[in-house]
Amino acid sequence: MSNKVALARVHDEAELERFRAVQRLCYRCADEVAGTLEPGVTEREACRRMRRWLRERGVDDWLHTPFAWFGDRSAFRGFKVPTQFLPSGTRLEEGMPYILDMAPVKDGYSADIGYGGVLGGNRIWERLDADLAAYRTLILDLVRERRTFAAIYAEVDALIERQGYQNRHSEYPGRVIGHQVGIIGGILPKRVGFPFGVRFLQTIGRELVKERLEGRSPLWNGAAQSQHPPTPGLWAVEPHIGFRGVGVKFEEILVVTEDGAHWLDDDLPHVHRWARRETTT
Amino acid sequence: MTPPPVSRRRVRGDGVDLAVYEQGDRSRPTVLLVHGYPDTHAVWDEVAGRLAERFHVVRYDVRGAGASSRPFGRKRYTFDYLMADMAAVLDATAPERKVHLVGHDWGSIQAWEAACTMPDRFASFTSMSGPCLDHVAHWMRRNLARPTPANLRRAAGQGARSWYIYFFQTPLLPELLWRAGMAKPFTKALELGEGVPSRAGHPARTMARDAAAGVALYRANMLQRLRRPRDRRTDVPTQVIVPTKDLFVSPHLVGGLAGRVPNLSLRPIAAGHWVPRSHPDVVARWITEHITGVRGGPLSATESRALDRARVAGDRRTFEGSLVVVTGAGSGIGRETALAFAEQGAEVVAADLDLATAQRTAELAGLVGPPGHAFRVDVSDPAAMEDFAKSVMHEHGVPDVVVNNAGIGMAGAFLDHTAEDWQKVLDVNLWGVVHGSRLFAKQMVERGQGGHIVNTASAAAFTPSRTLPAYATSKAAVLMLTECLRAELNGKGIGVSAICPGIVNTNITRTSRFVGQGQDEEARSRRRAARAYARRNYGPERVAEQIVTAVRTDRAVVPVTPEARLSYLASRAAPGVMRLLAKLDVG
Repeated sequence: MSNKVALARVHDEAELERFRAVQRLCYRCADEVAGTLEPGVTEREACRRMRRWLRERGVDDWLHTPFAWFGDRSAFRGFKVPTQFLPSGTRLEEGMPYILDMAPVKDGYSADIGYGGVLGGNRIWERLDADLAAYRTLILDLVRERRTFAAIYAEVDALIERQGYQNRHSEYPGRVIGHQVGIIGGILPKRVGFPFGVRFLQTIGRELVKERLEGRSPLWNGAAQSQHPPTPGLWAVEPHIGFRGVGVKFEEILVVTEDGAHWLDDDLPHVHRWARRETTT
Repeated sequence: MTPPPVSRRRVRGDGVDLAVYEQGDRSRPTVLLVHGYPDTHAVWDEVAGRLAERFHVVRYDVRGAGASSRPFGRKRYTFDYLMADMAAVLDATAPERKVHLVGHDWGSIQAWEAACTMPDRFASFTSMSGPCLDHVAHWMRRNLARPTPANLRRAAGQGARSWYIYFFQTPLLPELLWRAGMAKPFTKALELGEGVPSRAGHPARTMARDAAAGVALYRANMLQRLRRPRDRRTDVPTQVIVPTKDLFVSPHLVGGLAGRVPNLSLRPIAAGHWVPRSHPDVVARWITEHITGVRGGPLSATESRALDRARVAGDRRTFEGSLVVVTGAGSGIGRETALAFAEQGAEVVAADLDLATAQRTAELAGLVGPPGHAFRVDVSDPAAMEDFAKSVMHEHGVPDVVVNNAGIGMAGAFLDHTAEDWQKVLDVNLWGVVHGSRLFAKQMVERGQGGHIVNTASAAAFTPSRTLPAYATSKAAVLMLTECLRAELNGKGIGVSAICPGIVNTNITRTSRFVGQGQDEEARSRRRAARAYARRNYGPERVAEQIVTAVRTDRAVVPVTPEARLSYLASRAAPGVMRLLAKLDVG
């Protein structure tokens, strides 16, 4: 399979369409599950609903199983150990922000999305979400300028600081703002080494070694191994900002080519939400 | 402005003639001022003059005092008689309308009884330096029933303040002393101890007689109520002015009051017992604000904030109704401090050299608290600071907390610092603090309601280093300035704190000057410092938390990070070690 040579062929429109379909599936799932979230529901229950919804529609493996973070957990407040990322018994309440994050694999094609929302009204969340829009433009522009990944990371940090927020993606494993995704295959079973898919770990492990040889990394963070221009491929980009116990993020696939970049899909809930807010103000 | 004329008449109380004094327009709301012991209505002269411009002000000499009758025997001074007198005065001066009641000392003790037993006669109540006797008894019992060291200390504190009460229970002796000329030393003590010089009317010429007769107030009521307290409650909107330096009434007595008085406001003031004489402006202003608030009348932003601040409520945030000014509020510790205060309910004025960043801080403050305000100001520019202080006062009022936080970093060898470098660092780091403290402290003193000034110094203030000569010097100066200012302003109820953060991850490393280096080298130094500070990973929000605590608990010097605390300790315990470490070239 193609993943033996590359994670994805960015010029193959048919292949991109497959990825786009999985990503759309994810956002549909997020939209529908978000619609069912009511006060009192736990993170575990929300994750169960996402898993079931995706399984019913042909998802057969995971990069990682779905996550849900409610309330101040959406800003990773007080997170010290990795197990705190796992779905907990925290219950959703009126006015609470939430984030849904899922990364399914369907027939080898994968996506990784993040979906922010709030139950009812929350002024802080509204402001934060409106400010998040700037990162989608900023990251795309800088990738097109072919600035190094590390430099882009620093620019994102600078914007976060200007806005007066906290960088929350630095809490992710590897402090990543993004990571490569692609076609997941291999001989290992489709199991979940909680919460990451075994085959995804195999792929990412292999890529870590392979890319390292070329002085690059399939993980995108602010460290030395990211001091290289954007690697062609599909990148799940996930800026995550927080303020006073409220966190928002988006995550979607960025298509990076040798000399340019574009978002895999612009027909996404957060893009429409930002456009609507833009026109009303 | 000449105060409105005072008209005097006599009103028949319960078996006595009472001298009643009225001033101001009768069609305006009525304020009844009740004096204490051993005073007469004249103790209110200053306050009444100020209130009469807006209210119909009524005063009377309580039975036994001034120009009112002096019945003989303690039985004639029980609460029943006192309440009948007050009702008679109200019937005569403000029939069929609710009045605004104000009491001082024994006048306040009476007023509590009135507010609890005939609440429908009063629209509001302001008490100062005179608690409800039944509340005191309950308070004492509560403290003794739960004898923690703090409770015992407070109970003993009030016990000691009440020495004269025990003395007044002695037969004859108090009267004899007053008659024998105690009035003179008393007047002297008032001037020396309370800062209240004598003037026409107060202490009254009748003082010896008043004081001797008034002893009956204590004998007739004190022990009776303290032994068998009643459950006194009132729904009348009540404001208690709490002089924190009262030699006779402990400020702790208001503890737990909200349980019996649901609509309660507290107004602490750094003053002694005779607060109507020592601070007539503040007292008149607070009475006016309280009355206006109760009447739902038009309030300025400052006034409504002041009422918010005074209100006692379970869900009240610590700094609700406070105005907090922060300089250097566009980033780092300044921004986080502004946000931390806003989160506690404060209205924030964010000032920065970079207006856009200050506006952003004000906007964020508005998300977690009341709407904030932004100013552009260069703290090193005296004229700009004057304008800034004036604008803040005119637009938002006198601040309750000022955080002089703006500062710049500078590193390098002493010989590499030019005179301009020194000028720059001292202008911002020291003069900025001088200007901020000077201008706002003046406003706070003039307002007379206390406040707090926080100056951001640094762990460098007590950590000598060959790499930070100018910066550390400027911060050491800030620390000393803070200590001096604290000593001076303490008596005015204004706290002053120095914050010494240490290594905190803010953008100061990215804007610091590294003298004696070329541009590239300086950029490298900045990056290196920024990385080191980021690795230390102590966020400015944690400093902000400590600043808020320092204001709440009035701390003098606050070394923030563990290394700052260690350094603070070492600079005292082992200055030799600090000298040795100072030689390390860490730039």
